[in-house]
Amino acid sequence: MLSSIRAVVVSMVLLTALAGLVYPLLILGLAQAFFPEQADGSLVRRDGKVIGSTLIGQQFDDARYFWGRPSATAPTPYNAAASSGTNLAPSNPQLAKDVAARGAALAKAHGNSVTPIPLDLVTASASGLDPHVTVAAMFYQVDRVAAARGIDPSAVRALVERHIEAPAFGFLGQRRVNVLAMNLALDAY
Amino acid sequence: MNWINLSEYLVFAVALTATVRPLGSYLAKVFAYEPTCMDRLVAPVERAIIRLIGSAARRPMKWHEYFLAFVWFGVAGTVFVFLILKLQHLLPFYRLVGKEALSTPMTDDLAVNTAISFATTTTWQAYGGETTMSYFSQIVALASQNFLAGAAGLAIGIAFIRGIATDGGGVLGNFWRDVTRAMLWVLLPLSIPGALILVWQGVPMNLHAYTTATTLQGAPQLIAQGPVAALEFIKNLGTNGGGFFNANGAHPYENPTALSNFVEMLAIVMLPAALCYTFGTMTGQRRHGWLLYGVMTLLFAFGLAGVQWAENAGNPALVRAAAPLTFAAGDAAWTGNTEGKEVRFGTAGTTLAVVATSNGATGSTAATPDSLSPLGGGIAFFNMLLGEVTYGGLGTGLISMILAALLAVFVGALMIGRAPAYLGNQIGVAEMKLITAYMLIAGMVILPLTALAVMTAAGGAGLATNGGPHGLTSIAFAYTSSFANNGQSFGGLSADSAFYNYTTSVAMLGGRFLLTLPALALAGTFAQQRRRGITSGSLPTDTGLFAVLLIATVLLVAGLNFLPLLCLGPVVEHIMLWS
Repeated sequence: MLSSIRAVVVSMVLLTALAGLVYPLLILGLAQAFFPEQADGSLVRRDGKVIGSTLIGQQFDDARYFWGRPSATAPTPYNAAASSGTNLAPSNPQLAKDVAARGAALAKAHGNSVTPIPLDLVTASASGLDPHVTVAAMFYQVDRVAAARGIDPSAVRALVERHIEAPAFGFLGQRRVNVLAMNLALDAY
Repeated sequence: MNWINLSEYLVFAVALTATVRPLGSYLAKVFAYEPTCMDRLVAPVERAIIRLIGSAARRPMKWHEYFLAFVWFGVAGTVFVFLILKLQHLLPFYRLVGKEALSTPMTDDLAVNTAISFATTTTWQAYGGETTMSYFSQIVALASQNFLAGAAGLAIGIAFIRGIATDGGGVLGNFWRDVTRAMLWVLLPLSIPGALILVWQGVPMNLHAYTTATTLQGAPQLIAQGPVAALEFIKNLGTNGGGFFNANGAHPYENPTALSNFVEMLAIVMLPAALCYTFGTMTGQRRHGWLLYGVMTLLFAFGLAGVQWAENAGNPALVRAAAPLTFAAGDAAWTGNTEGKEVRFGTAGTTLAVVATSNGATGSTAATPDSLSPLGGGIAFFNMLLGEVTYGGLGTGLISMILAALLAVFVGALMIGRAPAYLGNQIGVAEMKLITAYMLIAGMVILPLTALAVMTAAGGAGLATNGGPHGLTSIAFAYTSSFANNGQSFGGLSADSAFYNYTTSVAMLGGRFLLTLPALALAGTFAQQRRRGITSGSLPTDTGLFAVLLIATVLLVAGLNFLPLLCLGPVVEHIMLWS
């Protein structure tokens, strides 16, 4: 009995020290030494100020910018301190209502366009922080952004094409564009 | 199914199959105390730990001793996590993030639930990580339990294999030594490169306060940070799955790229798959080990095909509601059910994650399970109900599969009039009782708890987001996930209430300890038996015919227990949506 108690206590203490102190500190040291950018959250700076992270989406609703996916985080969209999806079931009437309303608003904001709507622009992501949209979602918005900025649409389209990220090794993931990177490029244009 | 999706699955299968033999024979050596390439590095550490643990770590254990040690280890882990969680506001790093950001109250019931959850590898989370846990809690309590509970699961799996492999004597090895070896030889060495690959892909590893950014539109954005990578890899490797953030494997900081997703999914299935080969090696029946791997892979592939099909079909309710507007199709667009998914993974990466996590006792989904199509979510649900046999929880998945094989042998042998024996171990009345008990426990825990939740106001109060057949699925899914020590949830269920925190705790304890009890008892009786030779009189267990019998057994047991539930939940929802 006594030897069992000793075994429980000693193994818990030693193995926890290994896994909960030694291991994380080792990883912290190695990560900070070899991949400091990523280890600190892949932050993006402009003029010395942190404007976000390449991995974390942010809210865009200004006509001069490309917009990302709807975000379900509370209390504001793209709250990167409280990630969340909508958790709405496919059969939940609220989901259909929300998507239809977003679709109508999107069409209206794009000159009452009847162009088929890219689904990712009207459905919320799982994290509420999805930094990407599909290529179709970008092309859908080109004319609006070009008009708001007074730039030639073909130049904006070319800029989008330069920002397309291909699937890793040609098969992992899908073709997409990072919205923040794209909007930074627009501002610098 | 387009060729890009298919190639992701095929490459995954090839990569996994390539690891089975080297990893499986390595595991066999580690737990047979044979020399390995790691000895020079970790053997001195093992000796030091064993010396400090004392005599308990040196004597071989009978099954009940092994089981008791496993239970005490889980109890100690639970108490340890509970104390840290309740005291986290006094411990280091709490103030770094602050009370405002950590807004979820650490109630007694939440702390109990979380402590049990992490000590049983369930890692069910009734909270969102970035709004609840300090960095200290995340790492010292939760990440360390990912290792310890995972190692204990692996030890149980190994003890079970020894029971079948042993030729008389009745001992299963030493729990303390097995746990120590699982940590030093397996989990820690694999986690170091694994965590660094994830950091390279973008998973943060820092001790900074949450970052305040000013977005391009001039709004403030608070970005949660933390030592994420130290948790992220072992969360998958140990088949735990509790995320650092609320969105878990869908959060861009936990799973930044399609490549990180591929690596994390491989980490989930790698060790449980390799154990098939370990089993084959330790019992001297390699062909049978490969057969188990083949059966698992086939069931896994069924899951992939089903989820892929269901998610690609899209959501007709959205099309109806949006008319006259239509949705984009074609190469540049993303079609199917995109709600609750992330662009970087696409449907293929998401499908892979759904199938790997639901089969693999790992709660880290790369999508929102609630928003999966009725049948896509239903397949995830069914995978857990099958007992997570493909490739299953670390150590426990193989046990579930072997239990199914034992039942298949029994049924098959009786059909052709032979005495039932499995790899030379006789299956008599005592053994059959234990096998039957093992098979019945799932239904006896999951169904009454679901019924209780459905019938009471406290249970119904959880359905704040979704109702109807989907609501029933969410509740049943919660108890199934807890029992299967999986931990993923239909997040629309408001599970942070005393009712759900305590009832899911019951399911988690049942899944961890009630299942292990008959499994180890069985291993104990097999260990007592002299193994007899496999003769022409025994039912061959390495043929295609046996594989078919095994698959039928797996499907039949779960089907008989849970078919009504599956029909009332996912199937009804599917019919309602598509009619």
